[in-house]
Amino acid sequence: MNAPILQLQDIRKNFGGITAIENFSLEVFPGEIVALVGDNGAGKSTLVKIVSGVHPPSSGTIAIEGRPVMMSNATMGRAHGIEVVYQDLALADQQTVYMNMFLGREPLNRFGLLDRRRMIAETEKLVKELDVRIPSAHATIRDLSGGQRQGVAIARATHWASKLILLDEPTAALGVAETAKVEEIVLSLKQRNVGILIITHSLDQVFKLSDRICVLRRGKQIGVRETKKTDKNEIIAMITGLQQQ
Amino acid sequence: MTSANTDTEVGSFASRFNLQQYVVYLGFLAIFLFFAFMLRDSGFLTVRNLSNIVLQTAPVTIMAIGLVFVMSAGEIDLSIGSIVAVAALAAAVTIASYGMAAGIVVGLGAGILIGLINGALVAYVKLPSFLVTLATMGLFAGVSRSMTDLRSISVTNETFTGFFGSGSLLSVPSLIWWTVIAIAIGHLVYRETRFGAHVLATGDNARAASVSGISVPKIRLAVLTISGGLAGLAGLLYAGRLQAAKYTLGETDLMTVIAAVIVGGTLLNGGKGSIVGALVGSLMMGMLNNGLILMGLSVSDQMIVRGLIILTAVAVSLRDKSR
Ligand SMILES: Nc1ncnc2c1ncn2[C@@H]1O[C@H](COP(=O)(O)OP(=O)(O)OP(=O)(O)O)[C@@H](O)[C@H]1O
Ligand SMILES: [Mg+2]
Repeated sequence: MNAPILQLQDIRKNFGGITAIENFSLEVFPGEIVALVGDNGAGKSTLVKIVSGVHPPSSGTIAIEGRPVMMSNATMGRAHGIEVVYQDLALADQQTVYMNMFLGREPLNRFGLLDRRRMIAETEKLVKELDVRIPSAHATIRDLSGGQRQGVAIARATHWASKLILLDEPTAALGVAETAKVEEIVLSLKQRNVGILIITHSLDQVFKLSDRICVLRRGKQIGVRETKKTDKNEIIAMITGLQQQ
Repeated sequence: MTSANTDTEVGSFASRFNLQQYVVYLGFLAIFLFFAFMLRDSGFLTVRNLSNIVLQTAPVTIMAIGLVFVMSAGEIDLSIGSIVAVAALAAAVTIASYGMAAGIVVGLGAGILIGLINGALVAYVKLPSFLVTLATMGLFAGVSRSMTDLRSISVTNETFTGFFGSGSLLSVPSLIWWTVIAIAIGHLVYRETRFGAHVLATGDNARAASVSGISVPKIRLAVLTISGGLAGLAGLLYAGRLQAAKYTLGETDLMTVIAAVIVGGTLLNGGKGSIVGALVGSLMMGMLNNGLILMGLSVSDQMIVRGLIILTAVAVSLRDKSR
């Protein structure tokens, strides 16, 4: 593989007196899925917010394709080709699928008005490519099932991400069939040569999807393992700290 | 994802044809037919009476456009009635000494300024719009009373009263021009621009809007400023039509405007609305006023009937929301 898409070095994040993240370093390569695991409050979501620009790090450097970047707000990550599928999906429920797909980045026609035709066409194309089964691009989000909503959020991230997709517990609220569908979509994203950082509490999922596993405990990076060269017992021990590595 | 498919299609089919979207048109038609039949000998159906209804509702329609933007963004503006009086009085006083152009600038400027104050307090001090505009409603009701010691100020500038009131262009009354132009622009901005889409997204899910790069505070500031400016314009229309301004102008309009907007299919909690619906809602309220007067109902009975209709409208709106 070539240069890392994302490179985090010695990241530290303080909230007032509390240290949420310290000494965190990680690289994500194109076409690679890295799983970020750890117990509740370990700092996983905080890390996602650091990479997406919501919370600038207190110290440390973030580099994208080898170039250090300053992340100072939520639009910075997007400008660098990083997309996030938030745990709550961040969808506007009463708007259509295609409006959500282009939320904040609506294309305009030559009169400076919304180019609905283009939004609908691109949405339908993407939805077909990813095999997200929704009734139509015109459907209202609140009329969709949980899995379909998740599909829309992932499709949106896929559409816009040129480099990296962060997924914060993408299957936490889903049933068995819908989880399988989302996992299938995540695996298919590897072909697009973007890097993927996925947060999940399901170790089965971690071993099914990831190439490498990064374990966090109470804000500290415990270690990074290649998925093929480790097993659940080792990862559980790292997460809980019951057996120090 | 597959198993839910059939359910969803039924769901979206039902919502596409849900009552809420059409209630304003059905209601409008029902009330029109009711009055047309009941008042067939009292002059309800004359061209003169019907065009009077449109002329009288022009200020309410203009304010309703602003409120559609405000409510779609998940906010409320209770101060519009007070803005009407302040803007009308400010314009009337200014016209008397400095002429028409200055009067228009001062009247509209007063509305925009109050809207900006509301908007800044909501967007940047992060106070709820309900409380902010409740306070400015009271504050500016006081200001309009003290501005002229409760006196009425007459407007004698004929260019002004023609432009904003009794005049006409191509034999269409100016108040109808104002209504048509404001609705057309309002509809275009609301439905077809990025700004309109961002207003709806903000009211629907402010956090989602924010992580999508939409500046939520700017949207909140903008909708309340638009509402203030349009209430200022409504004040000019009142001053033009009545050829005078008084602190009582707009006093009772708040409830009518809110009712028109809600009956027109705009949700109280934001994320969904209609400018054309608000126009029909506003005409419906005007028709209701007119018909109830022609029927000879007492003022108190008129208020009761209007209140019941508004209650029905709110019930339909909330029922839809809780699906
Ligand atoms: N904005 C904030 N201000 C103060 N403390 C915060 C803030 N955000 C997170 N924290 C703290 O940082 C720590 C890590 O939180 P974080 O949400 O990243 O955990 P997590 O690993 O995502 O947990 P979960 O699995 O429950 O989602 C927690 O102790 C939390 O209280
Ligand atoms: Mg979390």
